[in-house]
Amino acid sequence: MAKVVDARGFSCPQPVILTRRAIQEGQFPIEVLVETVTSRENVRRAAEKLGCQVEVEEMGGELKLTITK
Amino acid sequence: MSERLTRFFASRWGIVLAGVAIGVLAPLLQKAGNPQNMGICVACFERDIAGALGLHRAAVVQYIRPEIIAFVLGATIAALLFREFKPRAGSAPIVRFVLGVFAMIGSLAFLGCPWRALLRLAGGDLNAILGLAGLVTGVTIGVQFLKAGYNLGRSSKTYAAVGWIMPATMIGLLLLRIFAPKFSADGAIFFSEKGPGSLHAPLLISLGAGLVIGFLAQRTRFCTMGSIRDVLLMGDTHLISGVGALLVVAFITNLLLGQVNFGFFGQPVAHSSYLWNFLGMVLAGLAFALAGGCPGRQLFLSGEGDGDAGVFVLGMITGAAFAHNFALAGSPDNVADGIVGGISPYGMAAVLLGLVVCLVIGLTMREK
Repeated sequence: MAKVVDARGFSCPQPVILTRRAIQEGQFPIEVLVETVTSRENVRRAAEKLGCQVEVEEMGGELKLTITK
Repeated sequence: MSERLTRFFASRWGIVLAGVAIGVLAPLLQKAGNPQNMGICVACFERDIAGALGLHRAAVVQYIRPEIIAFVLGATIAALLFREFKPRAGSAPIVRFVLGVFAMIGSLAFLGCPWRALLRLAGGDLNAILGLAGLVTGVTIGVQFLKAGYNLGRSSKTYAAVGWIMPATMIGLLLLRIFAPKFSADGAIFFSEKGPGSLHAPLLISLGAGLVIGFLAQRTRFCTMGSIRDVLLMGDTHLISGVGALLVVAFITNLLLGQVNFGFFGQPVAHSSYLWNFLGMVLAGLAFALAGGCPGRQLFLSGEGDGDAGVFVLGMITGAAFAHNFALAGSPDNVADGIVGGISPYGMAAVLLGLVVCLVIGLTMREK
């Protein structure tokens, strides 16, 4: 069961803060939901910096990032 | 292709490119007529717009600055081309308005936004070191609030028309700049005949440079406040590499153009009252951090449909009107008489009040 981080509607740095917190909790995979490409790139960069892999899916205007380690 | 470009702009090279573009274009805009060490200043230019509209009557700082218009519209064009125009609003707009007001009061105590702080330093104005130290201090306080759970809540997707309000407002301002109507004999529109407001590059050059910067900054998410915040919050040096590029390239461009003059006293449109240069930017930095973006970034966000960023911009323009109507803004050093400038007791009180308001916002608006 993936842990879901719903960061829709938050502007940065909130999505990154929530994602980092989830990564530090260490339960993978993590699904992060965001709405803007800015948040997608910020979350991706933060997760990759922490040594995680990131896959992105676009779902009707929303973006789902699946983070694994 | 579009995705590859997006990845490039999101890369280290992309953000450095944005910094280089601003670092070259701002000194060139100064060469083309903009005020000294003020090739671009988002706070000063919004203040000039407030003056042109008659929201304040400081006769030396009144002009509808095409750069501001073009920043928003350049961001709109980029967002439309890359399908990122997303109308959204509703994340504590009244708080963002208040933050915008005090961000401007703090910026005008220092006499510049973070961009101008960098450009002032790149022109040899060492007072900018105090301003930048204040900015870092303000953002540091903001980061502590972010770590403790501060946020202004979610925005919601909304009607397309909401996202178009700020771009449409800018088109309205552009028409006022072009036709410069006089609505009454001694009324607006005002354009300064002397002082910094009278100094400006030709319209098309200002617009062109502004569109390039607006486009690049929207793509790369260039943000001075964010650059400091990201380093402090998570050791991320992405954004700050763009800010560093801006500073270095602006300094080199100024050297080539003969626009560097090191010193503290008598710098152009600046004062050497160290404490208030510092404290003004502490306030501004904290307000930017709580609002999630520097004044430039707020303009670019408002261009891509973010109504909350638009409210922050309107707050800044309102703050500029207060700053000049209530004599809160900094006065430049008086070189002829050797008098150090600074801010009035009212300005000092306003900066301290702003700090208290921002601290209350940071302390009370957090998720448990």
